Amino acid sequence: MLIINNLKASIGGKSILKGISLDVKPGEIHAIMGPNGSGKSTLAAVLAGREFVEITEGTVTYLGKNLLEMAPEDRAKEGIFLGFQYPIEIPGVSMVNFMKTAVNEHRKHKGLDPLSASDFLKMMRDKKELVEIDSKLANRSVNEGYSGGEKKKNEIFQMAMLEPKLAILDETDSGLDIDALRIVANGVNKLKRPDNSFIVITHYQRLLDYIVPDVVHVLYDGRIVKTAGKELALELEEKGYDWIKKEIENNAAS
Amino acid sequence: MEKDQDKILSDVTTGEYKYGFYSDIEMDRIPKGLSEEVVRIISAKKNEPQWLLDFRLKSYRHWLTMKMPTWPNLKIAPINYQEIIFYAAPKERKNTGSIDDIDPELKRTFDKLGIPLQEQKHLAGVAVDAVIDSVSVKTTFKETLAEMGIIFCSFSDAVKEYPDLVKRYMGSVVPYTDNFFATLNSAVFSDGSFCYIPKGIRCPMELSTYFRINSANTGQFERTLLIADEESYVSYLEGCTAPSRDENQLHAAIVEIVAEKNAEVKYSTVQNWYPGDKEGRGGVFNFVTKRGMCKGESSKISWTQIETGSAITWKYPSCILRGDNSTGEFYSVAVTNNYQQADTGTKMTHIGKNTKSTIVSKGISAGHGQNSYRGLVKVLKNASNARNYSQCDSLLLGDKCGAHTFPYLEVDNSTAIVEHEATTSKIGEDQIFYCNQRGISTEDAIGLIVNGYAREVINKLPMEFAVEAQKLLQISLEGSVG
Repeated sequence: MLIINNLKASIGGKSILKGISLDVKPGEIHAIMGPNGSGKSTLAAVLAGREFVEITEGTVTYLGKNLLEMAPEDRAKEGIFLGFQYPIEIPGVSMVNFMKTAVNEHRKHKGLDPLSASDFLKMMRDKKELVEIDSKLANRSVNEGYSGGEKKKNEIFQMAMLEPKLAILDETDSGLDIDALRIVANGVNKLKRPDNSFIVITHYQRLLDYIVPDVVHVLYDGRIVKTAGKELALELEEKGYDWIKKEIENNAAS
Repeated sequence: MEKDQDKILSDVTTGEYKYGFYSDIEMDRIPKGLSEEVVRIISAKKNEPQWLLDFRLKSYRHWLTMKMPTWPNLKIAPINYQEIIFYAAPKERKNTGSIDDIDPELKRTFDKLGIPLQEQKHLAGVAVDAVIDSVSVKTTFKETLAEMGIIFCSFSDAVKEYPDLVKRYMGSVVPYTDNFFATLNSAVFSDGSFCYIPKGIRCPMELSTYFRINSANTGQFERTLLIADEESYVSYLEGCTAPSRDENQLHAAIVEIVAEKNAEVKYSTVQNWYPGDKEGRGGVFNFVTKRGMCKGESSKISWTQIETGSAITWKYPSCILRGDNSTGEFYSVAVTNNYQQADTGTKMTHIGKNTKSTIVSKGISAGHGQNSYRGLVKVLKNASNARNYSQCDSLLLGDKCGAHTFPYLEVDNSTAIVEHEATTSKIGEDQIFYCNQRGISTEDAIGLIVNGYAREVINKLPMEFAVEAQKLLQISLEGSVG
């Protein structure tokens, strides 16, 4: 599904990603953990196509195509979804209108006709139910006046609507109370299929109590320094990131 | 990828004004230039009564004493009034009032503009008065409306058929001495729409006037008079387009509205005159005086304007709140792209007690566009408990455009409550990227964001036109972010 090979990237001349390689297969959930400033969100930004990140080396292949050459909207239509760490407010644009535009762009890309208003509203209802989101949210402007938790739930709702092949959730758990966390995690679990994949970026192990990853990576100073199964998350929770830092320093010394 | 983007941009920068065509219609034009003689010729062409000729001459003589004001925040190329043709009309055929008398080319023109002159079903809820250059060519649904006592006809017909109404109200809201362009209009006005809603009648359909400039070097000076008698209601809409030309064309109109006791008038404008080209060549000078008088108590006048066209827009649709408990509203979206300029806003004059006014102005500037809001809220001494709320928002796309706000307040009554809020924002890269990430292209994202920003105003438009207005906003901003 996604193969990242020796990816290096910088922002404003400052090197952030220093050679990342990753192979995400269909049906897998990868967790990327790491301390603040390790480059987790930059990696998400590169995959979604943000212009302010400058790619200096490496390749990213998505479904056999060179991802780095694709425009952000084409990546989205090809099935890449980014759950934003800080979802953006768009005043005056209703969620209905926003999602309808997005869904129909996806359909056009697949050569399908736009959904009729009634089919679309039915789809909204079904997906709202699936991800347990308050139906009032859908009638408001995009993220405007939403609480932190509502914004994150709204990201999961959009993910359900767009049915991505590869969803990247950038610290979707940050700032969530336990109920919201459960809703977000349930959303992911319900949307998981053998043919789609998730990259879950998180600082805390907490979310991984609800979403069970196949692979856990630890990102530190722009590099993936450790990759293991789900037990790695628990170990990190117990020992903290200092443990990793020490291990790296020891390795460097020896 | 970059090639695609260039292509999209060049596509939208070439043929974007889709009303820029010219129709070859047999026209009756008078020689260019302005003089007392020209005023007399116009009056004679229209077989006007003496009192109207006198009104024109009085206005013309007054105009000669006036100078064009220089206070707006606009750069206006000098206007040579001797180079303008002040009267151009499609050559008249046998006039029996039937649709068959109209030049087929003229019919095709309005079909192309989406304004059918036949009373077709898909526009069944809207009666149209179609004005081309200096004259009204057809008013639809005249008979249906007449059954309810509603008069909806061209201004020229009103002068002939309802001289008393015209005499009584013309100039009562915008006097002939009002301002440079209103005075010019009073001297040379050609045609326009006239509407009278009798006591107690709710007009069952939208009334609308469609203005089309067609001839070259021609000024358009129409005059609209709308009277809502006691307890009546009407919703009125005007639309306008013009061919693309390298010269500037002057449009100096007057709209007067009178609302009697408990009457309500909704006046909506979708202004899409030719805006000039990418370099700022050509385009219409839209210098219009629009004013409504809430004459009776508890009357209400509401202006809604979507201003996307014209090289320069310079107008302040206003309300004189004379009746006690009367209400004035102004909702505006003004777009300036490329080298367009706008200095627009409103005046709310509170005279009666417990009068209320609301102003919502949304400016959108792109390219090198300059957009100014100018508004006056005036509360007179006897207007106790007057209430005003003003909100002026500006949205900037890019870094070469400008937004300016000039609010004026004159309050002579201590019980008045006047509020003013203003914001300026830029379309954020973050907002656009958020849309991109959901599969929405940058052009569509801007359309979506701008329409969201303008939604409060667009919602005030009649349903049939809200969708059109949304599309228009999107089209006029296409290519503004490169």
